[in-house]
Amino acid sequence: MRFVQNLPFISIILTLFSGSLSSIISGKWAKRLNLFVIAAVTVMSAAVLLFVLGTGESYVYMMGHFPAPWGNEIRIGVLEGIMAVFFCVVMLLCMLGGGREQEAEIEAGKLNLYYIMVNLLLCSLLALIYTNDLFTAYVFVEINTISACGLIMIKQNGRTIVAATRYMIMSLLGSGMLLLGICFLYDLTGHLLMSNIKEQVHILSETGQYHIPLLVSVGLMSVGLAIKSALFPFHSWLPDAYGYSTVSSAAILSSLVSKGYIFLLVKIFYRVAGFDIITDSKVVNILFVFGICGMIMGSVSAIKENNIRRMIAFSSVAQIGYIYMGFGIATEMGVIASLYHIFSHAATKSLLFISASGITDASGDSTNFFDLTGAGYRNKLAGVAFTAGSLSMVGFPIFSGFISKILFAQAAVDGTWKMLPTMSALAISTILNAVYFMKTVIRLYTPEKKAVIRAKKFRTIPAGECPAKSIALVCFIILNLILGLCSEPIVGLIRQGLEMFA
Amino acid sequence: MNVSNLMNNYPEAVAMILFAIGFSNLLLQKNLIKKIIGLNIMDTAMYLFLAAKGFIEGRKAPIVTDGVQSVEAYVNPIPSGLVLTGIVVSVSVTALMLSLTIRLYRRYHTLDMDEISTRLKKEGL
Repeated sequence: MRFVQNLPFISIILTLFSGSLSSIISGKWAKRLNLFVIAAVTVMSAAVLLFVLGTGESYVYMMGHFPAPWGNEIRIGVLEGIMAVFFCVVMLLCMLGGGREQEAEIEAGKLNLYYIMVNLLLCSLLALIYTNDLFTAYVFVEINTISACGLIMIKQNGRTIVAATRYMIMSLLGSGMLLLGICFLYDLTGHLLMSNIKEQVHILSETGQYHIPLLVSVGLMSVGLAIKSALFPFHSWLPDAYGYSTVSSAAILSSLVSKGYIFLLVKIFYRVAGFDIITDSKVVNILFVFGICGMIMGSVSAIKENNIRRMIAFSSVAQIGYIYMGFGIATEMGVIASLYHIFSHAATKSLLFISASGITDASGDSTNFFDLTGAGYRNKLAGVAFTAGSLSMVGFPIFSGFISKILFAQAAVDGTWKMLPTMSALAISTILNAVYFMKTVIRLYTPEKKAVIRAKKFRTIPAGECPAKSIALVCFIILNLILGLCSEPIVGLIRQGLEMFA
Repeated sequence: MNVSNLMNNYPEAVAMILFAIGFSNLLLQKNLIKKIIGLNIMDTAMYLFLAAKGFIEGRKAPIVTDGVQSVEAYVNPIPSGLVLTGIVVSVSVTALMLSLTIRLYRRYHTLDMDEISTRLKKEGL
């Protein structure tokens, strides 16, 4: 076994260990440690990705040297590798971009607690990406939920505590259903490792035995994970949780946490049950319908919203709807489009959250829509970044959002009766997106009267005032452009990864 | 569908009923403490389900005593292991929920989730 094959396991342990280490060091050092660990994990994941690309096949890493049906194992292919690298990069940029806000908004003695949560979150995301064992996945889903709850409530005010409570309640309902589904599947197949379960499920589906329990189990797991990733109509906790927590928390929660659950769902579809069984089971049709409702209703709620942070949060509901719609189309192209949209949405939504914090800084910390008039002139870089993010969300060519919309449309064409609803939902949702994002961009570039600026004490923020945030914003814009301009190789990688996924 | 199947699997049936009770309590109760009780009923129902599935009539707990090493002598140990893991998870989640409840009670002096939402709206922010 080559050394590089150990790196996925080492990166999980490293993040877990640095989480416990953060509890005994000061906030400043915890921040440095956190940035270092995320950077190190990024490099390690990239090395693993290159290794897997070189060999051209996925490999299984045994934990504790117990062979397959007994031991726990992790499995790494191209899709896992690219997902891990991307999640680490986005997380690093989010932490860079929100560093100063955390110091201002979190009580001084509690800063290191925040970094414990961030490290744990990264650990659980990596474990969710790599694991090949269903029950391990369940445990890390819970760790993910707990650390995400910590990220929401680290900023102490009434709103965030209520949001955290709501988030926990919805998440616990979801994980209860997930656990029930996993237990059903364990009873039917007698295995917990995903590959072994798949063999047994294949036999069951050929003989036609236990058809209904299998269906119930798959349904429970899909719905449970859909609740946890805030699919419409289970999104009531989301706007408060994203709208009032710290900037980094909001960016990480919207771009990574919900995506971890979605990735687990893809894993269940492909590696646990087999995609043809899933498409036969009609479970995906439910996801399709709710995805489309989410696309429309999320955007409608965003239009009604006057608070810029909550507006971006509602836009997340719509984008999660897109991803589930892609699964609902139930073709390989649909899943590829959804996976691409995971990347695209993660890069864009964190850009929007961080640039929105720059804009509100230039408007006397007000998130109210009407105070933002002319903020694009007062904080030039944040204004440009917000515009870039908005264009990407609307689906303007050269940005990543355009490519994901094209991929969804392509996937819909070979779908059956789903073509018409998909196309109309895409069209309506694009218009609605344009309404609220362009409204905000126009507001940002409408000059404000000098008297008002003086009266409300708005200040002009040069790009050099907070270098880390400026770097993060520029990197996010570049990431978006890379996703938008070089989509062909990325889609190729996703396709290759999906082939070796099952 | 006949009644004898139900009678053969009555622990599983009870577990499912308990799961439904816990789930609807967690979803529908207004009182936070009752919600947490619902959560615990839901999780415990899962343990009952797993334990019932792992049990085999006439066999013993999987601890080697008297030198009996035959597989046929013991029940399946894996569901018990899963139950243990599940208990750890549910304890930590319950602790987190209770601490959130304490925070909310100190701030709003009520445990009613609807009441808290109304006060939050009045508070503005």
